[in-house]
Amino acid sequence: MVDTTTVTEMVAERRPPDLRRGLLGWLQANLFNTLLNGAVTLVTVALLAMVLWPVLQWAVFQADWLGNSREACSGEGACWVFISARFESIVYGFYPGAERWRVDLVFAALAILIAWLAIPRLPAKRWVGLFAMVAFPVIAFFLLVGGVFGLEQVPTGNWGGVMLTLTIATVGIVGSLPIGIVLALGRRSQMPLVRGFCVVFIEFWRGVPLITVLFMASVMLPLFVPSQVEFDKLLRALVGIMFFWSAYMAEVVRGGLQAIPSGQEEAAKAMGMGYWQRMGLIVLPQALKLVIPGIVNTFIALFKDTSLVLIIGLFDLLAIIRSGLTDSDWLGFATEGYVFAALVFWVFCFSMSRYSQHIERRLHTGHRN
Amino acid sequence: MNQATAARADSPMIEIAGLNKWYGDFHVLRDIDLTVARGERIVICGPSGSGKSTLIRCINHLEEHQEGRIVVNGMTMTRDVKRIEQIRRNVGMVFQHFNLFPHLSVLDNCCISQTWVQKKPRAEAERTAREILERVQIADQALKYPGQLSGGQQQRVAIARALCMQPEVMLFDEPTSALDPEMIKEVLDVMVELARDGMTMLCVTHEMGFAKTVADRVIFMDQGQIIEQAPPETFFNHPESERTQLFLSQILGH
Amino acid sequence: MLRSSSRERGPLWRDPTFRALLVQGILLLALGAFIAMVVSNTMANLEARGISTGFGFLQDRAGFSIPQTLIDYSGDSTYARTFVVGLLNTLLVSAMGIVAATLIGFAVGIARLSPNWLLARLATAYVEIFRNIPLLVQILFWYFAVLQALPSPQNSHSLFEVIFLNVRGLVLPDPQPLAGFAATPWALLVAVIATWWLARHAKQRQAKTGRPLPVFKLGALLLIGLPSVVFVVTGMPLEWSLPAFKGFNFQGGVTVLPELIALWLALSIYTASFIAEIVRSGIQSVPQGQVEAAQALSLPGGIILRKVVIPQAMRVIVPQLTSQHLNLIKNSSLATAIGYPDLVAVFSGTALNVTGQAIEIVAMTMAVYLLINLIVSALMNLYNARTLLKER
Repeated sequence: MVDTTTVTEMVAERRPPDLRRGLLGWLQANLFNTLLNGAVTLVTVALLAMVLWPVLQWAVFQADWLGNSREACSGEGACWVFISARFESIVYGFYPGAERWRVDLVFAALAILIAWLAIPRLPAKRWVGLFAMVAFPVIAFFLLVGGVFGLEQVPTGNWGGVMLTLTIATVGIVGSLPIGIVLALGRRSQMPLVRGFCVVFIEFWRGVPLITVLFMASVMLPLFVPSQVEFDKLLRALVGIMFFWSAYMAEVVRGGLQAIPSGQEEAAKAMGMGYWQRMGLIVLPQALKLVIPGIVNTFIALFKDTSLVLIIGLFDLLAIIRSGLTDSDWLGFATEGYVFAALVFWVFCFSMSRYSQHIERRLHTGHRN
Repeated sequence: MNQATAARADSPMIEIAGLNKWYGDFHVLRDIDLTVARGERIVICGPSGSGKSTLIRCINHLEEHQEGRIVVNGMTMTRDVKRIEQIRRNVGMVFQHFNLFPHLSVLDNCCISQTWVQKKPRAEAERTAREILERVQIADQALKYPGQLSGGQQQRVAIARALCMQPEVMLFDEPTSALDPEMIKEVLDVMVELARDGMTMLCVTHEMGFAKTVADRVIFMDQGQIIEQAPPETFFNHPESERTQLFLSQILGH
Repeated sequence: MLRSSSRERGPLWRDPTFRALLVQGILLLALGAFIAMVVSNTMANLEARGISTGFGFLQDRAGFSIPQTLIDYSGDSTYARTFVVGLLNTLLVSAMGIVAATLIGFAVGIARLSPNWLLARLATAYVEIFRNIPLLVQILFWYFAVLQALPSPQNSHSLFEVIFLNVRGLVLPDPQPLAGFAATPWALLVAVIATWWLARHAKQRQAKTGRPLPVFKLGALLLIGLPSVVFVVTGMPLEWSLPAFKGFNFQGGVTVLPELIALWLALSIYTASFIAEIVRSGIQSVPQGQVEAAQALSLPGGIILRKVVIPQAMRVIVPQLTSQHLNLIKNSSLATAIGYPDLVAVFSGTALNVTGQAIEIVAMTMAVYLLINLIVSALMNLYNARTLLKER
């Protein structure tokens, strides 16, 4: 019924008969391919123009940037003078002017450490990481607090602004990760008492709002210690933040631990390793690498929530700006103040989330190969 | 339906003329002409990336082509959604990865098109489904969920699901390549049975044994075009084109 | 006597069972010691400050007023009532926030998958902007930069002279039911029951004859039509108390506090950006093959969405959505930053400052959130168990 047919000449490759080329083609394909889509596009463009143009006018074209007092502002656009005039206190809080080089030094070191850990090509990640988690906090503590090596002591009450925000974030991150790892291991323990303790601990912190934790830290913690002990206000907040986020960190790490096949641990057992060797050398390095995106996302949440210390009376970036708004010389610049605060937080959080997405993509391709 | 079928009985089941398709700038299907008669069984083979899956996916418009004409059971393919749905009613498809609906039981997988497309009463739909599940020898699993079945069983359910809409032609897109070796036979047996009952079939597969047993015609594709087509004896014993010879030596070589 | 069935033991301190017992014993001791220390310190500190412990203070007169109360409350009410008022305010803003955040979140999440390039980009921009700005900054922004910048009551923005917006809040007409109005809610109830019956009947009818009923359209007609008809027939027994500016403020109508509006806006917009991501990834988690298989069965687009895509996407979406709802409830405690009288603000804030009963009050507040968490988690486990995909 069917005769054999054979083709000997290959058909040459042709360009598609594309009607959708160039800018017009792209517009047609992506914005106006159906009647409904065309209407949606037009409405969106109109809305964007209605919102974006006045915002740009206000924030950029008609804004005033430099000066020392509100008289420098014309009042037509944003008065960024409000920010630039008090820029120093927004960054350093009430840290004494002559000692600010210490803050600069600490945060320059922090930036270098983070960059080192974030850039994949640089070597000795493990040692740098260990330094960042163990030695750096000690050095930073003495540099910032002072009182030794001839450095003038700066009480934590004088800390504030971006500097305090970064301090809280860094301590929160450096503190909550190890506690979280221990809690995650404990939650997978065979010992019922250890497991029970970890489950209750984790679920308790995850069940309550951070605000109540900060209230607890500021009103209840002083009751828990003998009355002679002076408990620093910042330290109390840091303890609360660390416990709170360690519970979230524990759940992230647990996800990583569950993803490691049990064969890995069995193989380590067969090689005669003890529990801490198995965890430290085999299971945790793999599990932590797997959950880097989750850890970074928790960092982002932690970073955003550092702003809550405002409620218990610490002067972080947001609180400094807010207190500036109550200054009788500078009334009425709430929009500038909060937009600036939002922008600073946004830059930090957005870059962290981009980094986490980048890592995620890299991990995915790594697994496929 | 029957009248319409009778009227078209002498027309071919599928007619493809001058089919060209691009993915972006990549020319995947080049000047394909293919006519499939009623009751004909065709096996399509070729190296990966040769466009064989894309070709059969064009037949029920899972892929959109840019040039050429496709006529299925007398209906010309247009971009009209209703027309596309009408054509799909006559065309059953079986996928490499089964694509069963995991949240529906085997029975519900088989009833969904009868309920929502053919608008059959539940009892009638279930009766049909059970008859067809019986045919693929899996009736005892009717109330289980796809995740509870083996790969071979899932693929047989997928065949049953497609048969439940009483299609005129069945498309198979590498139905056995995702299966463990011991499960391939149970699926091929069902397909052979289907061929014996006179179903029009287009199979993309590398199961050359199956091609020899049931195919009326074997088509070899490479670089987006049909290189050679012949009855199985001729195709396997006296392949003409060099590419076909090379391909056959690679898959039959060991 | 040596029994061949018993295993030989090594030294006791290397026996795993013994080690486990030892570790747990130490943990128990340390925990006990810690608790004992905390309790004794606390007792000593409280005694030194002259604060009595216990929940007796709940029956005392609170003596301060609260700007928004859903139940009767005055300065003469007890602290127990303060607690309930705060809790109800928390639940009010949470419920409003959950509804709005879910609606916005679904809309934005679906818009991110739109074939319209501009709309999809706009939705992405929404998500990237709002989820990367701290909620507290957003709350303060809406409250201080937007709502506090509104004009004073005499210069209110108005919509058709019935709705007014000013620095003291949003003034809406207040519906006053007259005699005979009760029939309308009853009609609505009847319509709900009738719709439920209709849906059941439609399912049975389809099973029997194969012909489906347009349940959605009929149901909507019933739900809107029946109460409207009853309302008109009973002579429209509803009077609106319209706000009117008299003297220095509005008379009549009902005022929504600016604190509530700011908190509600910020909570909804912020949480919606997370929900949008959940919805997007939930829909994308349904493999393309599922849609193709449904298309190959010639199922129409609407049915593919209803019977294939949505049921599978919801399995992924619902648990994460619930955890976002829980986050929203917990985040509503930021109310205290702008003075919305929620549980934390009036109870852990004002009541705590007045009474000094730190431990009892913080514990009660935390217990409320833990309880909400526990209830929702239990419901979620139930849902997960019901929708679990059966696998080998």
